[in-house]
Amino acid sequence: MASNAAVPFWRAAGMTYITYTNLCANLVRQCLKEPYKSEALNREKVHYSVSRWVDGKPEKQTLRSDIPE
Amino acid sequence: MFRRVAVRLLSHLRPFSSSEVPTEPVADDLFMAAWRRIVPNLDPPRTPLAFMRPRPSTASAASTPSKLTINLVSHYSSALSNKQVDMVIVPATTGQMGILPGHVASISELKAGLLSIHEGDEVTKYFISSGFVFVHSNSVTDIIAIEAVPIEQVDPDSVQKYFKEFTQKLSAASTDLEKAEAQIGLDVLSTLHSSLSG
Repeated sequence: MASNAAVPFWRAAGMTYITYTNLCANLVRQCLKEPYKSEALNREKVHYSVSRWVDGKPEKQTLRSDIPE
Repeated sequence: MFRRVAVRLLSHLRPFSSSEVPTEPVADDLFMAAWRRIVPNLDPPRTPLAFMRPRPSTASAASTPSKLTINLVSHYSSALSNKQVDMVIVPATTGQMGILPGHVASISELKAGLLSIHEGDEVTKYFISSGFVFVHSNSVTDIIAIEAVPIEQVDPDSVQKYFKEFTQKLSAASTDLEKAEAQIGLDVLSTLHSSLSG
C-alpha cells in the first residue's frame, strides 16, 4: 500500500538504526576530554575472526581487530 | 553414599551468597514444590529468580509516589541504579520531555541531547548519544543510553573541530548515505555544542 509513516532521514538513505546509533555514540566518544576519551575508545575495541562456511567447509578466515599486533 | 556426595557438591555452590538475597526464593514455588516432592533429601538449588531483586510492584492507580526512581544504564555500565529523584528531563526525538512522579507509562526513543536530573536543588547533567526511555506505571524510569557521559567530560575544542569537519563532509557528500552520515554528525555536534553552553 502507501509507504509507512514518515521515516527518519537516515533510514530513507538506507542506514539501519544500529549504524545510526553507533555513529552518534562514536562521535560523542571522540568529543570527550582526555582520560575519558582513551578509556571509551579502548572499551569499544573488538577482536574477532569471521569465516564463511560453504558446503560444510569453512572458507578462509578474516580476522578483524583493533588491537595492534 | 552418592547422596552425601551430591549434598557436599551442592553446598560448594554458594559463591554468590549475599546477605540481601532471601535464602528461600520468593517466586519459585512451583519449582520448590516439585523438587521437594521428588528429591526430599537434598536442599533445593538456588535458581536465577533467587538472585534477582524484585522490581517495585506496578502500583494500582491509587497512590502517586512522591519521588521518581530512575535507572540510567548503558551497555558497559549502570551509571545510576534505583536513584530517587524529583524530575528528569530527557531528550526524546519529539523534544525535551519532562518526567515527574506519576507520569503516564510510556516508551520513547531518545536522540542526542542533554539528560538533566533534578533532585532537590541540584541538577546533574549527562549527555546521551541516543537510546530509549521507559516510564513504568509505578514511576520507575529506565533510561537506556548507548553513551551517557557527564557533561563535564566533553571537550569543547573537539566539538568545534569535528563540526567544521562534518560541515565540509556535508558539502562534499555525493550519495544519500554520505549526506545522511554528515547530517547525523552535524545534528549530534550542534546539540553537544548547545548543551555545553546552555
